[in-house]
Amino acid sequence: MSQLTRLSAAELAERISRRETSAVEVTQAHLDRIGAVDPVVRAFLHLDAEGALAAAAAVDEGLQHGDPAASPLAGVPLALKDVFTTVDMPTTCGSRILKGWRPPYDATVTRKLREAGVVILGKTNMDEFAMGSSTENSAYGVTRNPWDLDRVPGGSGGGSATAVAAFEAPLAIGTDTGGSIRQPSSVTGTVGVKPTYGGVSRYGLVAFSSSLDQGGPVARTVLDAALLHEVIGGHDQLDSTSIDAPVPPVVAAARAGATGELTGVRVGVVNQFRGEGYQPGVLRAFEIAVGRLRDLGAAIVEVSCPAFDYALPAYYLIAPSECSSNLARFDGMRYGLRCGDDGTRTAEEVMSLTREAGFGAEVKRRIILGTYALSAGYYDAYYGQAQKVRTLIIRDFAAAFEKVDVLISPTTPTTAFRLGERVDDPLAMYLSDLCTIPSNLAGNAALSVPAGLADDDGLPVGLQVMAPALADDRAYRVAAAYEAARDATDGDPLWSRVPDLTEDRSPGPSIGTEDRSPGPSIAEVVGR
Amino acid sequence: MPTISRDEVAHLARLARLAVTEEELDLFAGQLDVILTSVARVRQVATEDIPPTSHAIGLEDVFRDDLPGPCLTQQQALSGAYATEDGRFRVPRILDES
Repeated sequence: MSQLTRLSAAELAERISRRETSAVEVTQAHLDRIGAVDPVVRAFLHLDAEGALAAAAAVDEGLQHGDPAASPLAGVPLALKDVFTTVDMPTTCGSRILKGWRPPYDATVTRKLREAGVVILGKTNMDEFAMGSSTENSAYGVTRNPWDLDRVPGGSGGGSATAVAAFEAPLAIGTDTGGSIRQPSSVTGTVGVKPTYGGVSRYGLVAFSSSLDQGGPVARTVLDAALLHEVIGGHDQLDSTSIDAPVPPVVAAARAGATGELTGVRVGVVNQFRGEGYQPGVLRAFEIAVGRLRDLGAAIVEVSCPAFDYALPAYYLIAPSECSSNLARFDGMRYGLRCGDDGTRTAEEVMSLTREAGFGAEVKRRIILGTYALSAGYYDAYYGQAQKVRTLIIRDFAAAFEKVDVLISPTTPTTAFRLGERVDDPLAMYLSDLCTIPSNLAGNAALSVPAGLADDDGLPVGLQVMAPALADDRAYRVAAAYEAARDATDGDPLWSRVPDLTEDRSPGPSIGTEDRSPGPSIAEVVGR
Repeated sequence: MPTISRDEVAHLARLARLAVTEEELDLFAGQLDVILTSVARVRQVATEDIPPTSHAIGLEDVFRDDLPGPCLTQQQALSGAYATEDGRFRVPRILDES
């Protein structure tokens, strides 16, 4: 493996801007790595080697002419979750209904990446329409966790997290509606950040649950995540929920944190997030992390947020309700799949057949659940009540942040589970999001930073750091200080201990690399 | 007594324009019953006098200047269509005449 693929994004950008190495060389090294390991981990749904090399060459050319670097990440390769629109690559959202769809416009995140000289290598695998916690709900096959190929990489952004953990890219973009950036980062030993809601534009991010969806960075180091955060963040007129305020100074916070000092910082441990249902090895790793924060000078306080116990049920009413409305756009009329249009069927019949063939089981379950929660007679008892619980969660956060600067918890209750283990048990799958959901419902910033390996199974554990809305920089400072202390004690960063996937290591039994949707095939539905 | 019956699931699927199969109805009815029983826990929370939150940020009435901006060309808008005719989307008939 080329050493270039093991460097941080910050270091790569510096070498490229000083012209010690070229952006083309860096991109080629990552393409080579993808060629070597992606047949095993399958993080990417689409690769654009030609486009990536051209973008890299443009960066090199600019520097050769003496132009200043377009951004602190100019020339650095990145893996983009396949839920952001791209004019030069398909955008499928991991769904059969959008197979091969070429959007006629770029997402704002895509545009900002291009303008910053970031090299987009391709689009990454994900649970269909970002619904899931294992990436097993993709219509295009599973992605495997580089730490253990028989285990899930988390979800929905398992492709983005895996690409970064497996050195296929130093950076990736994910989206986090209930934990889809943080939970995959936790189980793959990477850094994943859900910015404050409204901090990153949702224009061109295919909507799942509009009041919760938020794009954010994935990286191997806290500083790299911060650099990417500043590239993609900021106000956007094309997203009316975008916050019209400067991006919090996350890069400065990450640099300040890395000097390793947290004196005077008050850190709250959320009482609700431990105990029954939590893997002992995860809890022990979490306690070690708490000890390290204390050693850095932080004041550790116990904090109770009783409404958090109801965050998971509230989320699984609110998110499906919004999804049932948002996914109504996939009707087979203007773009995407169309089934059964034989000249005799009505638009409504074609629509029903198209959606039946185009959506997988989890998406259908959530659409039906949301339709139920929003229907007359149940609205007040379910959706209305969930919205009130959302208010209580926001109040718990507000009360907590009067006493402490940040809150911490394990990112997810267990390490990576086995492929197939939870696919037939939706509720068990939903429990993966237990600790991450409150920050989606309240809209505040939260991130996951690797907290070593669990002592019972040797797999990565994530430390979640939650900060108030628009105080994303606080989470970065604490995470960067923790990261520096962890690396100093361990002797090497966690990401450096990922198994070398190019050794002869056969993947486990194939779990359907084609289409694993339990639904009927298109031909069956249409009756051809 | 399940919280949701197979017939109800079939009705909801029709409302949501999903031509689900008999096997899916069997599967989903059981799974949705388990999920609904679990999420019904939100009803245990005392929420009298608690206002609902629909949106974390609470932005209201976001305006912009009423100026024309760039938009898709007709060709771009039609680029993903299954079928087009005379520069428009061609769709199946709307009315059921049978």
